[in-house]
Amino acid sequence: MDFTLSPDQTMIKESVDKFVADAYGFDARMKLSASEAGFSRDHWKTYADLGWLGIAVPEDRGGFGGTPIETMILMEAFGKGLVLEPFVPTVVLGGTALAHGSTSGAHDDLIEAMIAGDLLLSLAYAEANSRYDYSIVETTAKRDGSDHVIDGKKRAVPYGAAADKLVVSVRTSGGSHDRDGITLVLVDGNAPGVTRHDYVTVDGQRATDIDFDGVRVPADAVLGEPGKGLGLLEFVLDSGVAALSAEAVGNMSVMQRTTVDYIKTREQFGVPIGSFQVLQHRAVDMLIELELSRSMLYYGTVAIAENSSPAERKRAVSATKAQIARSGRVVGQSAIQLHGGIGMSEEYMIGHYFKRMSMLELALGDADFHLRRFVAEGVNPHARTNGAAASQKQLVGSIN
Amino acid sequence: MDLSFSPEDLRFREEIRAFVASELPASIKQKMQLGEELSRDDYVTWQKIMNAHGYLAPNWPVEYGGTNWTIVQKHIFDEELATGFAPRQLPFGVSMVAPVIINFGSEEQKKYYLPRILSSEDWWCQGYSEPGSGSDLASLSTRAERDGDHYVINGAKTWITLAQYANMIFVLARTDPAAKKQKGISFILVDMTTPGVTVRPIETIDGGHEINEVLFDNVRVPAENLVGTEGGGWTYAKFLLEHERNGTAGVAGSFQMLDRLKQIASEERQNGSTLIDDIDFAKRIAEVEVRLTALSYAQLRSLANEHATKSPGPESSFIKITGTEIQQAITELMMEAHAYASFDKRTLSASMYFNFRKTSIYAGSNEIQRNIIAKRMLGL
Repeated sequence: MDFTLSPDQTMIKESVDKFVADAYGFDARMKLSASEAGFSRDHWKTYADLGWLGIAVPEDRGGFGGTPIETMILMEAFGKGLVLEPFVPTVVLGGTALAHGSTSGAHDDLIEAMIAGDLLLSLAYAEANSRYDYSIVETTAKRDGSDHVIDGKKRAVPYGAAADKLVVSVRTSGGSHDRDGITLVLVDGNAPGVTRHDYVTVDGQRATDIDFDGVRVPADAVLGEPGKGLGLLEFVLDSGVAALSAEAVGNMSVMQRTTVDYIKTREQFGVPIGSFQVLQHRAVDMLIELELSRSMLYYGTVAIAENSSPAERKRAVSATKAQIARSGRVVGQSAIQLHGGIGMSEEYMIGHYFKRMSMLELALGDADFHLRRFVAEGVNPHARTNGAAASQKQLVGSIN
Repeated sequence: MDLSFSPEDLRFREEIRAFVASELPASIKQKMQLGEELSRDDYVTWQKIMNAHGYLAPNWPVEYGGTNWTIVQKHIFDEELATGFAPRQLPFGVSMVAPVIINFGSEEQKKYYLPRILSSEDWWCQGYSEPGSGSDLASLSTRAERDGDHYVINGAKTWITLAQYANMIFVLARTDPAAKKQKGISFILVDMTTPGVTVRPIETIDGGHEINEVLFDNVRVPAENLVGTEGGGWTYAKFLLEHERNGTAGVAGSFQMLDRLKQIASEERQNGSTLIDDIDFAKRIAEVEVRLTALSYAQLRSLANEHATKSPGPESSFIKITGTEIQQAITELMMEAHAYASFDKRTLSASMYFNFRKTSIYAGSNEIQRNIIAKRMLGL
């Protein structure tokens, strides 16, 4: 049991903190968000140069062999700076799907290009009828010779406009609600039949709704085992939830600190408003939520890093997201309230953190969805005993 | 960062689990499972068993009987005792007065009192609150006047848990009425068999008798029963409260209560199914379980920090706040889970709910904890 960072991890933290401090001042970030792409290719090059794009890829696949803990360190810093580059879609979602779904080496050139900063990825899983439930898949892929032909619509694909390749969940057999019959396939972002409807998100990022009309992909576009893609998709999404949770903790920590600083300096009735007990208690509750979230983040992240059994991993990750979504709402709403009018101003930074945190609450499943998933994975009479057993590192394999 | 348990830790867990399984008397375990009150004998019996195995005072320095366990082992120990339905460790002797004596007491006090705590010869209680001094503890008015080699104590202490079983009480009393509020307070050890000490029961809203008033009428206490320096009592009192708060989070006990809640919900029938299969209720249980899980890791972080800095910091306040809120949430759900059965005094779930309202009040109310955090952690 050790909550400290290793020397290598501390170096990563120092380097990413410095990057965020240098590159992500409020004005610079606003300008970048308003640009055509909404993020910086130059920054992306820096990420590649610093090794961040291959941080979670195993060394034998050309990466740096890091664990989800290194990803967590990067994401927390990105959360502090409201960073805009598509790190989660490319590295965490797309990269995990490639690294874990393609074991034959067939896609190693793509992994290499991603690490070099020459390939952007994203994950298209959500549909109009699925909300957050990734097991409901109505987009179909029908066999035609050795090819698959894809028809359907995906929504809210993060940075889908910029993605060179999309990882798409499709149904290759069974009904739309069956857990079997789901397959992950790689699709070129500009393949014939792909129509992208891009938009700016409320938190200044980019997303895309995508239509697939008779999109033809070859046999080697399949990631993992055809029809058995759900386990891989769950692992990919759980990795994404852990990363977004780290971003949320970074975000919350800025809102918490900024709010305390503000109520120390803002004067009304001739005194700093932080001298009022009712505001002090609200500020304390923000700190409590932040600290609970950080503790939960470690638990959820390590559950992925330790290769826990799928059931234990799902419980841990869903518990983490549920807690962080709840806490993020308390911290965000309190930050706006304690700032008063200036909290409502688009020109001031706190509202932008609140908006990003609000989208992080929803992304990849809100508290309600993850509580249900937590319950489904076993509100059983002896949850804790099971938890203890799971920490005996039952190496069942992470994506069975 | 590595939050897994080492093979040694897992072996330790097995060892403690086996200890509880073989040594905890069945009659005590049954009372714990049913949430019934324990007698003085029950507590003493279990303390003596713990002491015989050297487990009674894990936090003490080894030379006085501590175990030298790591923070993880202490955590596992608490978990296993709770899982096995062992009685909670009463804090008054082992975790409250003993750390004060060890850190601030004389050699004679250490030699005399510490072994008597381990052997259960002494049962301690805590003389802090007064009828006129609750959250504003430093306003206390119990007097200890020096008279030769004695102090003469007059005043009233209240809300004293299990004073009816105790033979010793540690008292905060004012030795210098002229000094500024906090400065004139001393920490004095009092034998409750001394003439002039009266214990009066206070019945609580749950129908139980846990707490008492203790009255002091010209109680003569040898001067050597003063701990540390005269007027230094406030420092020791705060030191004790910080130790107390981490204990009052009750994380292991809450996991135990959560298991009981799930048990109740899975036995409670509803329209051909059970309450635990009702997604509305299951999600409410899940909300609490998620928050308790977060708290358990927050507490481990706090303990790790305490281990590094040798003293519990102000973060023990937020662990107390969250821990007691969770305890209360679980007792609310237990009462709701029992539905009409809650009306029956014998089911105990409603009385537990009433009883647990105390947790956000004692050891410094949760509002006082927020004041402490605002001042010490946020600099407000």
